[in-house]
Amino acid sequence: MIGVLFDGLAYGALLFLVSVGLSVTMGLMNFVNLAHGAFAMAGGYVCAVAMTRWGVPFLAALPLAFVATALLGAILERTLYRRLYGASQLDQVLFSIGLTFVAIAAATWAFGAGQQPVRLPGFLRGQWTVAGTDFGVYRAFLLATVALVSGALALMVARTRFGARLRAAVDDGIAARGLGIDVDRVFSVAFALGSGLAGLGGALGIEVLGLDASFPLKFMVYFLLVVVVGGAGSVKGPLVAALLLGVVDVAGKYYVPQAGAFGIYAAMVVLLVAFPHGLFGRRH
Amino acid sequence: MQRAPADACWHWAEMVFWLAALAAFFVFPGYRVLGSQVLIVSLFALSLDIVLGFAGIVSLGHAAFFGVGAYTAGLLALHGWNEPFSGLVAGTALAALAGFAVSWLVVRGEDLARLMVTLGVGVLLYEAANRAAPITGGIDGLSGIAMGKVFGIYAFDLGGRTAYLYSLGVLFLVFVALRRVAASPFGLSLQGIRENPRRMPALGVAVRNRLVAAFTLGAAIAGLAGALLAQTTQFVGLDTLGFPRSAEVLIMLVLGGVGRLYGAIVGTAAFMIAQDTLAGIDPLYWQFWLGVALVAFVFFARGGILGAIDALRGSRRRP
Repeated sequence: MIGVLFDGLAYGALLFLVSVGLSVTMGLMNFVNLAHGAFAMAGGYVCAVAMTRWGVPFLAALPLAFVATALLGAILERTLYRRLYGASQLDQVLFSIGLTFVAIAAATWAFGAGQQPVRLPGFLRGQWTVAGTDFGVYRAFLLATVALVSGALALMVARTRFGARLRAAVDDGIAARGLGIDVDRVFSVAFALGSGLAGLGGALGIEVLGLDASFPLKFMVYFLLVVVVGGAGSVKGPLVAALLLGVVDVAGKYYVPQAGAFGIYAAMVVLLVAFPHGLFGRRH
Repeated sequence: MQRAPADACWHWAEMVFWLAALAAFFVFPGYRVLGSQVLIVSLFALSLDIVLGFAGIVSLGHAAFFGVGAYTAGLLALHGWNEPFSGLVAGTALAALAGFAVSWLVVRGEDLARLMVTLGVGVLLYEAANRAAPITGGIDGLSGIAMGKVFGIYAFDLGGRTAYLYSLGVLFLVFVALRRVAASPFGLSLQGIRENPRRMPALGVAVRNRLVAAFTLGAAIAGLAGALLAQTTQFVGLDTLGFPRSAEVLIMLVLGGVGRLYGAIVGTAAFMIAQDTLAGIDPLYWQFWLGVALVAFVFFARGGILGAIDALRGSRRRP
């Protein structure tokens, strides 16, 4: 019971890390980005390649994944995404589906269709047994890392000048512009940061979610779910939603394996109908 | 803006179009199987055109209704009821029922919620069919379907002879009906809702009811297309329900041109013929260039193939 809860929380923390960037894109820019999973996959491959081909240690490969994906996100935002901020939802959907297809095909071409094997360092493997319950060391590491990153993120949003600008831009983009805040620049930085976090999540998630070329489509619904259930444009909403989702999904697969992902999808539809603006979403 | 064929009078190009579809049967006998698939998926794209092109609802789970129709027709035939037309009716009816139920959830929310509800219903049904393996065959699908003869005379053959003409007949009948619907007050009010959802209630239009009706109609026709596919291929796989199919049909429709009925057919034909040629070389190659084409399309070619033709004709008229 406690073990399942623990695994679920670790899983949820991972989902949060990947999805928080999507929450910013959907909340700030009103952009439906179905290609967000592709950034997570990119981070995963950077980590896998760095470890297996260049012999970089795991803990050093993680920041590498973050930086590389943030860079990728910044480039794509500057060249492609920003042209579609005001576009119709259909355009955004088509564009991001196209981007996803390109990412999948490119990943298959470069790395093959199979799962990427990554060997964790020794001190992250194995189990701790406390009061008869097994806790995976890696899952604990995952939880700690995500707690650290989210703490830093929350501090940044609440305390720094950039955070204040970001909040202003989310609350009222037009007024923020009028006050002399360079909203476009804030968006660009936020997008790159979100992409980087997704990449970090993808790298951390190789052990939990797996990594293959179909990753962006396989988990697309989960990432969207976290944001839509939590309410786009906030940090707290997706966090609660992701943890909830993680626990429900792991518990469902553990106790009712024959139902598979059915429960989570049913929950999604019910929640969407009951809370069209998300659990913590603001009504405009 | 997009225009649908507006009145009961048929343009000569429309007649040429349908005669060409019939002529293809005789001119390319080796491609009848592919041809029948194009016709069926065209019908599916046409159903999405009602939902997206007329009612303006972006659906990411339209394949759900296609799958409902396919599984209904497949299961009926598998359990001994193999008369084709009644199978089509059953598939259509069940899909309409499912569409009606879902439509209430869809029209409730705003744009993003709509997108997510349709996506959610799609993955939900996929997972349900995947888990209900004793009924649906799960990942293996339904095979061994033996269909009866069309009109009791024409048996389904491997060359796709019956399948092509059967599909063409159904597509044509549905198209004629939809052409009428598009020009009716109902069709016009849908276009009005798409263009300005705030003004239509002021004109006394019951927006929610119209959207429910349009979504249900779209689902019903999607079910009809699914049933048609199950009968002509005599196989139903899980992929009839999957997200890739929903995404593909969206791409085909947009490629042809949204909200003009013919766009659904032109786009499907272009997409599937290109897929047949390019995926034959390398499926990976196809997926990559499809993605690139989509991105380029969004930036440069809104309006699709028919929109481009219109633009060309317009520029020629204005020298």
